[in-house]
Amino acid sequence: MKLHSKAVLLTAALLLSACSQNPFDRFGGAGGSGSGTNGVSTSALDPSSPAYFSETIGDRVLFEVDQSTLTASAESTLAQQARWLQDNGTYTAIIEGHADEQGTREYNLALGARRASAARDYLVANGVADNRLRTVTYGKERPIEICSSEDCYAKNRRAVTVISAGLGS
Amino acid sequence: MMKQFLSASFTGLMLLFGTPLMAQDGPLRIEITEGVIEPLPFAAPTFVAETAGADQLARELVEVITADLQGSGLFRGISPDAFISQVTSFDGAVQYADWKAINAQALITGAVSTTGDGQIIVKFRLYDVFAENQLGSGLQFVGSQDGWRRMAHKVADAVYSRITGEGAYFDSRVVYVSETGPKNLRKKRLAVMDYDGANQQFLTDDSSIVLAPRFSPNGDRVLYTSYETGFPKIYVLDIASVQRRGLEEQPGTMSFAPRFAPNGQDVVFSLTQGSNTDIYKLNLGSGTRTQLTNSPFIETAPSYSPDGSKIVFESDRSGTQQLYVMDANGGEPTRISFGQGRYGTPVWSPRGDLVAFTKQNRGRFHIGVMRLDGSEERLLTASFLDEGPTWAPNGRVIMFTRESSGASGSSTLYSVDISGRNLKAVQTGGSDPSWSPLLK
Repeated sequence: MKLHSKAVLLTAALLLSACSQNPFDRFGGAGGSGSGTNGVSTSALDPSSPAYFSETIGDRVLFEVDQSTLTASAESTLAQQARWLQDNGTYTAIIEGHADEQGTREYNLALGARRASAARDYLVANGVADNRLRTVTYGKERPIEICSSEDCYAKNRRAVTVISAGLGS
Repeated sequence: MMKQFLSASFTGLMLLFGTPLMAQDGPLRIEITEGVIEPLPFAAPTFVAETAGADQLARELVEVITADLQGSGLFRGISPDAFISQVTSFDGAVQYADWKAINAQALITGAVSTTGDGQIIVKFRLYDVFAENQLGSGLQFVGSQDGWRRMAHKVADAVYSRITGEGAYFDSRVVYVSETGPKNLRKKRLAVMDYDGANQQFLTDDSSIVLAPRFSPNGDRVLYTSYETGFPKIYVLDIASVQRRGLEEQPGTMSFAPRFAPNGQDVVFSLTQGSNTDIYKLNLGSGTRTQLTNSPFIETAPSYSPDGSKIVFESDRSGTQQLYVMDANGGEPTRISFGQGRYGTPVWSPRGDLVAFTKQNRGRFHIGVMRLDGSEERLLTASFLDEGPTWAPNGRVIMFTRESSGASGSSTLYSVDISGRNLKAVQTGGSDPSWSPLLK
């Protein structure tokens, strides 16, 4: 049993390293939020670190099918994101909008743009300067979950705030 | 590696001697209707090799011609094992009785010879066996040896057109997105192939996501969307030189879903600004950009009518994706889709009579066609995920993307004819096909 979970961990670590060329997990994959789920103990992260942003606050918000309206839970996450961005003024962010695979390619690109924009507008309304934010849509091109059922689709309908060292670095 | 694909240059195409027979008067005719069609049986004996060393070519030409005709679903090749007559001379008399005996309604004979300078010469004749006469004139094609498949396609095109009365489509190419890897790490690159999947060549590497390439009206260029800059942006690529350039863009916007106008100079596309996506037109020569729709809804997937006067596109202004037609210069659009479900990715047929689309209804995807007033809707396919139709140059066949479901899901190019018959896989690991015009 112990051996088995070790093997799982090792696999997870390999997967992590396989997609770690992008420092902030460009497409919001499982890599950035692994703490606590694989038996790894969580140490206190520096609250001003991008890792704290993505893991403790949460870098993503989820959407209902074919919707770009923010849910109450999404608004709560984005309010914390806005506070962090205000406290850490040297960072900029790209907000990625994504769709699940149930939809045509072009429409999903436009839908992803709506989602990214909804998240961005909320951050701006909560005090983040809009020149620190940019949006991009990936449509259905970069799912993080690959099954074809609602469990996976729900996680793929997302807007991910990807932090990068921007202003003054 | 990325060499010019139109390497087969036809230096000559001429009528052979022989009495032209008006095809429309001949009894040998397939009328393509909505009913069930019994494929027309034909015999295509191995072509006569008229020079030494042309034997393999003579066999391969007939294999490709047979595959083209059978692949259309309208013809059935009779096995050579059943042949009573052998054709040993291109100009010899046809033994009609021997071909009637095996119920070959059409007979295709041909000859091939090679020249010292690497050219090949292909000749063929088509016979109506039961009328005991030649159908149309014999034809001769001259070209480079590495373009031999194109010559086979040209022979098959002539046979197809003479017997069906429809336009040809075998001598054509398809540009598409070649896909490898799992869904969450899929690698995409532009590729081009013959319509039947042969002669595949890559046009880009896989370092950025690329989407939905679209041929220019004469097949010399391709429009596509790439994430090269980190944001979706439209590029135009010259097929012969494989040189590409990004279209002029408005800072801070994203653009995608491009298509050429029939004039080859205007490009219509979607531009996203903030949360809103509208349709714009860009003139490649002058760089002038014109906004064609102006609504807070999603307007995308524009496609011109063949005469360039109108544009069909999708919009969710009614609450769900539906199809609309507007004037090519913009203006108030008219909704044309009213059935159940959602309609997207409309593409105007090259004949002007139909629009092909993707339909989503009750968790299934369909490729369908309807008239431009929305009447006579016909669904041709049904699956977990079918999308993105493109028309064969003759407006009789549609190619599209079929994605399979689940963690190991992958994309395959399929084709189907517009009556819903003859569904078949064309190329695995491919999406977003765009069919070229008939090659010259």
